Amino acid sequence: MKAPAVDYVRPKSLAEAVDLLSQHPREARVIAGGQSLVAMMNLRVASPGLLIDISRLPELSLVSDDPNAVGIGACVTHAAIEDGQAADPSRGLMPRVAASLAYRAIRTRGTIGGSLALSDPAAEWPAVLTALDAEVVVCGPGGKRSIGCADFTTGVFETALAADEIIESVRIPKLSQDARWGYLKLCRKAGEFASALAVAVIDRTRGHSRVVLGAANGAPLVLDHTSRLLSNGGPEPRNAVAADLDRAADRHFDEFQRNLHIVAATRAVRQVLQ
Amino acid sequence: MTAIRLQINGADVADDVPPRLSLADFLRERRNLTGTHLGCEHGVCGACTVLVDGAPARSCLMLAVACDERRIQTIEAFADDPVMQALRRNFHQHHALQCGYCTPAMLITARDLILRRRAGSEREIRDGLAGNICRCTGYTNIVTAIAAAAKELGTEAANA
Ligand SMILES: Cc1cc2nc3c(=O)[nH]c(=O)nc-3n(C[C@H](O)[C@H](O)[C@H](O)COP(=O)(O)OP(=O)(O)OC[C@H]3O[C@@H](n4cnc5c(N)ncnc54)[C@H](O)[C@@H]3O)c2cc1C
Ligand code: FES
Ligand code: FES
Repeated sequence: MKAPAVDYVRPKSLAEAVDLLSQHPREARVIAGGQSLVAMMNLRVASPGLLIDISRLPELSLVSDDPNAVGIGACVTHAAIEDGQAADPSRGLMPRVAASLAYRAIRTRGTIGGSLALSDPAAEWPAVLTALDAEVVVCGPGGKRSIGCADFTTGVFETALAADEIIESVRIPKLSQDARWGYLKLCRKAGEFASALAVAVIDRTRGHSRVVLGAANGAPLVLDHTSRLLSNGGPEPRNAVAADLDRAADRHFDEFQRNLHIVAATRAVRQVLQ
Repeated sequence: MTAIRLQINGADVADDVPPRLSLADFLRERRNLTGTHLGCEHGVCGACTVLVDGAPARSCLMLAVACDERRIQTIEAFADDPVMQALRRNFHQHHALQCGYCTPAMLITARDLILRRRAGSEREIRDGLAGNICRCTGYTNIVTAIAAAAKELGTEAANA
């Protein structure tokens, strides 16, 4: 189908974009890559009155590289991350994730900020950035604030972002040299949204170990038992994963989903321990 | 209506467009470039793939207004392109199309795979084509044709 009628503006600065958004809180929506929003408009499940195009704002395309962390602008595309055009804090994890996210023709326009803002439960970035302990830097009429990724996505397509706030960047702590990660996306066709998604990261130097499930009927699911097992270098992870899933009864996994999650998390952890 | 200026297949174009108009509909209905096809209009089938500033993009998921100042190339653009010539020849020889609906976007996607060196094996080609649906061929001949073109171009490059 075709998108409904809409107005369009392309502000010159982030401040102007925030201003426009707060002037039209109900009908305005920012558009970055449009790879979800235009699809939703074409399907008529979204019908904003005003599109604020932020895709060319220089403030949102910046990549910063400090000794401890990398900042990636909200409008950096999946393809730029795949191609290593943005500094990589994750020792190869983020380029690997980007390369299997959707299709190249979508990755060239879709952005990391758009993915976080939408927080599709099956999307890669909310889960992967939670595992990496990243922070989302957002900008609103009152200034900037920073939200830990684990608190950013609050549910299915739900986030801690206020209606008048725009994501400016993601700040990702750098993994140490001896850090290791494992990643598994289960889907029936390359590039499809995940049926199950698991990320495991261990960084002993920084005392960080975390195993996270995506496609988990809600916000990314941090597996506490399994994360602990990862840091202790314990035995077979399968039982720990099963125990974590037992504690997440509110996600209402059916038997098939439960099995997929167990397989994904177990394999991601094994990749780390190998 | 919003005024836009952009480059399409090497020519400068200026027009006034309603913001809801997709790049695909702009190309097909305003510029008569009907080689860009529409299948699903939500990003899944790949039939509408064109190049925006040199990179493949879904023209059904781009608004024409957002293409202001950008450079667009459609399947009508590649007459003198050596990679496209090799692909066309091999699609013909290997019978890589039936109805042809998916073909323009298959060619544009395949050209991008070859230029990014992602057409080195059958597996790589199949992964790279995952976002382009063909309802006729069963893909086998498309994959064969792309592999053959990549090999030809690889050899030519080595001999050059
Ligand atoms: C066929 C298909 C397959 C896909 N497969 C996958 C997949 O496997 N995995 C995956 O993760 N994604 C997938 N996607 C989605 C893709 O990754 C999108 O790029 C992404 O979800 C949205 O990014 P965008 O820049 O295109 O955002 P847009 O579509 O422009 O915007 C999406 C939403 O986020 C808001 N928004 C965007 N940027 C900001 C910002 N900086 N601050 C505040 N709000 C903002 C918009 O207002 C809108 O509500 C797929 C999409 C398609 C069409
Ligand atoms: S018409 Fe654009 S992807 Fe199907
Ligand atoms: S040849 Fe008919 S859809 Fe591909």
